[in-house]
Amino acid sequence: MLQSIVIAATEGESRNPLLPESYDIIWSAVCFVVILFFFWRLVLPRMKKMLDERSAAIEGNIEKADVAQREAEAALEQYTAQLAEARAEAAKIREQARVDAQRIGSEIQAQAQTDAERTKANAQVAIEAERQSALVSLRSEVGSLAIDLASGVVGESLSDDQKATALVDRFLADLEASDTAGKK
Amino acid sequence: MATSDDGGFHGPSIDEFFPDAIFFAGTPFEINRIILIRFIAMLAIVLIFWIGTRRMRMVPGRFQSVVEMGLDFTRVNIAEDLLGKKDGRRFLPLITTVFFVVLFANLTGIIPFMNISSNAIIGMPLVLAVVAWLAFMYAGIKKHPGAFFKNALFPPGVPKALYIIVTPIEFVSTFVLRPITLTLRLLMNMLVGHLLLVLFFSATQFFFFTATQTSIFYGLFGVGTLAFGFVFTLFEVLVAVLQAYVFALLTTVYIQLALADEH
Repeated sequence: MLQSIVIAATEGESRNPLLPESYDIIWSAVCFVVILFFFWRLVLPRMKKMLDERSAAIEGNIEKADVAQREAEAALEQYTAQLAEARAEAAKIREQARVDAQRIGSEIQAQAQTDAERTKANAQVAIEAERQSALVSLRSEVGSLAIDLASGVVGESLSDDQKATALVDRFLADLEASDTAGKK
Repeated sequence: MATSDDGGFHGPSIDEFFPDAIFFAGTPFEINRIILIRFIAMLAIVLIFWIGTRRMRMVPGRFQSVVEMGLDFTRVNIAEDLLGKKDGRRFLPLITTVFFVVLFANLTGIIPFMNISSNAIIGMPLVLAVVAWLAFMYAGIKKHPGAFFKNALFPPGVPKALYIIVTPIEFVSTFVLRPITLTLRLLMNMLVGHLLLVLFFSATQFFFFTATQTSIFYGLFGVGTLAFGFVFTLFEVLVAVLQAYVFALLTTVYIQLALADEH
């Protein structure tokens, strides 16, 4: 093919395609230089910048994800710790409350018992005092009444104190004895 | 383009590649149809990559993804793969430029109304080959000052007597043939591809509209040539991409060989 072309080229006035025309060389060189600068100064730097940004972004995202992961793990750990602490505290409070309740209960019980005993003792003392005073007043009043009565009945004044007292005492002893027997 | 009105069939000729001047005729800045097509291809590069990288987002849209894919192809699969990260970055602008200039200029060969690759005239392949040639020499001299030409022309480990044979061979293959093969491989692929397509489609034109006046059966030949033209158009897409890849890859390989410690 090449031969036939060259022959065809040499046959007529046609020109040889292997001999460059000056305008062809000039415009080729101009085009090449323009495109070279275009790629060198504009396209490839833009591309490089974008690729750098992209890899930086990918690395940044991986970094961010790592940080988030670590934060999440730390938060989980903290939460777990707090939960455990809260549980322990709750258990402690519950235990304390139970102990307190027991203590308060027994205290109240003891207090109540003491109060009751004291009230009972006071009542007994009061009763005893009442009884004593009643007994004393009864003894003197009943004695004089009985003597008055007896004086009236027997018509004789039991002026002799000694005798009178002895008589009243005997009478009261009898009364007490019969009273005791009646109670029983 | 290749058919004329006189009724006979005219195959494509080499004049296809030397159209009439449109601007600045006769000056070194002459602009013809093919040069305009070259400008359009370069304009397409500038527009696509300018818009594609204007507001780059970290999460790319559809268009940015395509642009990124193209740039990643030269960066990862060619530059960094062969030269490593550090040297790959140094020569990335050059390799990217070579790849996309060749690719876009090649693709105009199958775009309707342009239908010719501006790499089918020798200027651009030659300029790119010279750039590749200068690039690998620059890389070698910068890396091994003083030792680059010695290592290239007098490979270590070869008996001294053999240098009589080895040195001329090394000189021709490294410093002469590399730019020539780079130029011719691209030029001829595009030139022949264009001639083939013109041949198929002008033959189709001839069979359908001229030969059918003689016999309707010639139309069947036209169907055949049209099918071939269609298949070869698809093939040209493959060739366009492949030649761009090969040119960028070889440029990178030459730089890699110049940077290597041992030749």
